[in-house]
Amino acid sequence: MIERHESVVVEVVSQAMVPLIQVFALYVITHGHYGPGGGFQGGVILAVSVILPRLSLGRSHSDRLFSPVLATWLAAIGMLIYVLAGLVPLLLGAEFLNYGYLPVPGVSGAALRSTGILIVELGIGLSVCGTMVTIFDWLTRSEP
Amino acid sequence: MKWLAVPILLVFMALMIYAETGLAERLDPRAPASVYVSPDYIARTVHDTKTPNIVTSVLADYRGYDTLGETTVIFTAGLSVILILTKGRSND
Repeated sequence: MIERHESVVVEVVSQAMVPLIQVFALYVITHGHYGPGGGFQGGVILAVSVILPRLSLGRSHSDRLFSPVLATWLAAIGMLIYVLAGLVPLLLGAEFLNYGYLPVPGVSGAALRSTGILIVELGIGLSVCGTMVTIFDWLTRSEP
Repeated sequence: MKWLAVPILLVFMALMIYAETGLAERLDPRAPASVYVSPDYIARTVHDTKTPNIVTSVLADYRGYDTLGETTVIFTAGLSVILILTKGRSND
């Protein structure tokens, strides 16, 4: 197991970094429409904001902030969002993953397809974040 | 037996070099990869999806099925780590 580093400076700075990393992750996920970014990159950055407390605060404390079970659930929920974004248009009479038929009120046409891309990117981000945290948690477990 | 790999690799290398001569020139606008659907994507992205970033619209919209597979691969990798590192009942 990776041992906690006993240092007040490391603890405080890492805790102060977490919200900034999360905001940046959201920016990367939602900015994929207009520049470099997207679900995969943003999801990894989001996972870093969970892994950093794991390293600096010790597992017993950080597991209460973000439990390892929740990470696996997040990964599954992200996949579910993506698959539903594909299946719902299929059930409404269009092709698989045709975002133009998603039942989102208020938008239609090209804007709806843009919204569909955003939904899918959020799903990818959750799935990648959950998977990365899951892999980290299971590789650094103390008790097998 | 170990030396059997060398002639196989040499034949494969010759095959690759021969195939390389048939490839299109770099940056050739008339290459098959550049004339089929790529100009369509570039021309219609903003009109179809209101997404200025062509990479994103191809990744998540035009080729969304491919990205679904990629996400499944990552998710499966996470599940595999759990399965491999879980000390459960042994088979024997």
